[in-house]
Amino acid sequence: MPLKYEKYLRVNKVPNMWCPGCGIGIILKAMLRSIETLEWDKNEIAMISGIGCTSRTPGYVDANTLHTTHGRALTFATGIKMARPDKHVVVISGDGDSSAIGGNHLIHSCRRNIDMTLIIVNNNIYGMTGGQFSPTTPIGSRAATAPWGSIDPPFDLGMLCKAAGATYVARGHVGAAAPLERLIRGGMKHKGFSVIEVMSNCHTQFGRRNRLSDPVQLIDHIAAKTINVREAAKLSPEELKEKIIVGLLHEEQREEYCDAYARVIAKASASIIN
Amino acid sequence: MPNSTLKRRVKFWTGNETIAEAALVAGCRFFAGYPITPSSEIAHVLSQRLPMVGGKFLQMEDEIAAMGAIIGASLTGDKVMTATSGPGFSLKQENIGFAAMIEAPCVVVNVMRGGPSTGLPTALGQSDIMQARWGTHGDRPVIALVPAYLDEVYTETIRAFNLAEKYRTPVFILIDEVIGHLSERVDLPFDDEIEIINRTRPSVPPEDFKPFDTTWGDVPPMADYFSGYRFHMTGLNHDSGGFPTTDPALCQSENERLMRKVDANLYDIIRFEQTSIDDVEILVIAFGSSARAAAVAIADARSKGIKAGMFRPLTLWPFPEKEVRELAGRVKGIIVPEANLGQLFYEIDRLVAGKCPIKRINKVGGVPIYPGEILAQIEVF
Ligand SMILES: Cc1ncc(C[n+]2csc(CCOP(=O)(O)OP(=O)(O)O)c2C)c(N)n1
Ligand code: SF4
Repeated sequence: MPLKYEKYLRVNKVPNMWCPGCGIGIILKAMLRSIETLEWDKNEIAMISGIGCTSRTPGYVDANTLHTTHGRALTFATGIKMARPDKHVVVISGDGDSSAIGGNHLIHSCRRNIDMTLIIVNNNIYGMTGGQFSPTTPIGSRAATAPWGSIDPPFDLGMLCKAAGATYVARGHVGAAAPLERLIRGGMKHKGFSVIEVMSNCHTQFGRRNRLSDPVQLIDHIAAKTINVREAAKLSPEELKEKIIVGLLHEEQREEYCDAYARVIAKASASIIN
Repeated sequence: MPNSTLKRRVKFWTGNETIAEAALVAGCRFFAGYPITPSSEIAHVLSQRLPMVGGKFLQMEDEIAAMGAIIGASLTGDKVMTATSGPGFSLKQENIGFAAMIEAPCVVVNVMRGGPSTGLPTALGQSDIMQARWGTHGDRPVIALVPAYLDEVYTETIRAFNLAEKYRTPVFILIDEVIGHLSERVDLPFDDEIEIINRTRPSVPPEDFKPFDTTWGDVPPMADYFSGYRFHMTGLNHDSGGFPTTDPALCQSENERLMRKVDANLYDIIRFEQTSIDDVEILVIAFGSSARAAAVAIADARSKGIKAGMFRPLTLWPFPEKEVRELAGRVKGIIVPEANLGQLFYEIDRLVAGKCPIKRINKVGGVPIYPGEILAQIEVF
């Protein structure tokens, strides 16, 4: 039976504030289906965000939710998880929120390998503030602050997170909701710091400036650039240049941060008895 | 057995150690910080002691992160603290405003050093008091405690946690480097002399709960995350349900309520000490290490027959305005010694409003104000 999304939504808070056709809705639904499949109890979930269109998501979700300051969601989430390691912590963040102003917190959360799921909605732009270029805007794309085309080299967030120590790194896109759900579910199940980057459409701010102002057109444009990680393995770097590699990019097991701290507590408590 | 027959436990601690130990007694179970002189010893002690009692210590990637982490932990019901010094205090400001906005109890220690900028990392300053008052954007209530003696650092640290819990707001402990690093005898209070206040949890069932419900007064009961009371928190202006609003009347009344939490409870929050005040002619107003020097200067002045006295705030914000206004009307003059270029003076000048002359002693070279310097000013007034 298809999920009745109302089960996890604050139904009296709709209509939401997003533009019609915004990809965030597809991502939210994939998250909720993952939560349903994993049978997580709403009382046991904390959902935290920073600032941006993406970061409005927790307000619509019927859980323990926190809409924090720009870029800092992971720091609040770290406090929550450390205080209550047995709970589920999910962070949702835009590309600017997570990798510009929040870039430092991103790499350090990866490094600690604290058990939480970070969903980065990468729409290649600062949506909420009116379409300025972000650390993931492709070179040459136009933005409110790059009227002549962006010259800033973009981050590959998947590579960045893997290098920084994240133990689950995946990339999906809003043109393929079922695989996206699987990737999110995998991240939620994974013990450790999981990052799922989701290529999404901001037709209003990115699309409008780059001749992709229709949401379906922009979603198709994103989908056309994607290539599965297994297929990508067969291609040369040259052939992959304009491509977006999607799928499970990296997974490993490494001691989780709260578990490591539990060892500290055990050591410290033992020192009192002795 | 009455307490008087028991011996007090006595410790020989630094100011920073005293804060850490008192925090544990107050119930602090979560600390996040980032190393910075001259506050780091607080983190050193708590990194060792917190896990011994099942608490959590986190060294974060910067002070912004540390502030975020303690607010997150506070929402789960923990009593939380962070400690820093000048540059770190600057970095925390945005999240301090966030804590004030979502009414998350937390304690922020600033062991003040010389500034501005990197300034004098290892030397004292008292120049962050206006930053404590106005540092974050927007209007919000402020409670800042400024203990000067280590007995007091101990009890005021506990009080900081109590005030944070009672009023659901960040509370600052501002000590200067001298207080943080000096060692002296601390007479610990007996357990039954220590009052511990915990935030009020909701009495209504989850379905009736609103995180900013003022039915019971200006300080709404606070539920813990994961306790079955699912709720939303945002730094945006919000309604009683915690959800964003731009309704002008609601934004107005909620901002005013935030301020009222402190403004309507001044005499629960304000503490001060008055020395040799009955017949005072020359009044010194000082806090922290400057007040310790002033105490010596006043004793010396008295032995010379000069009617000097001191008004020493223990609560700097909200400031004991009424007392200072009254004193200004009956003294010949006021002296304000402080390790900055006139921040407390600015407040005193406003309150005195021309009723008596004010002299200032301002030192920002990283050396404390000495008793002789204050005495010299008392003598020539
Ligand atoms: C400290 C701070 N700086 C700047 C802003 C303004 N601001 C709000 S949202 C945003 C960017 C959002 O972009 P992104 O994170 O990519 O999210 P999106 O809106 O695209 O989902 C900015 C710069 C802010 N709120 N706080
Ligand atoms: S501005 Fe862009 S990201 Fe924001 S809601 Fe509209 S389409 Fe979505």
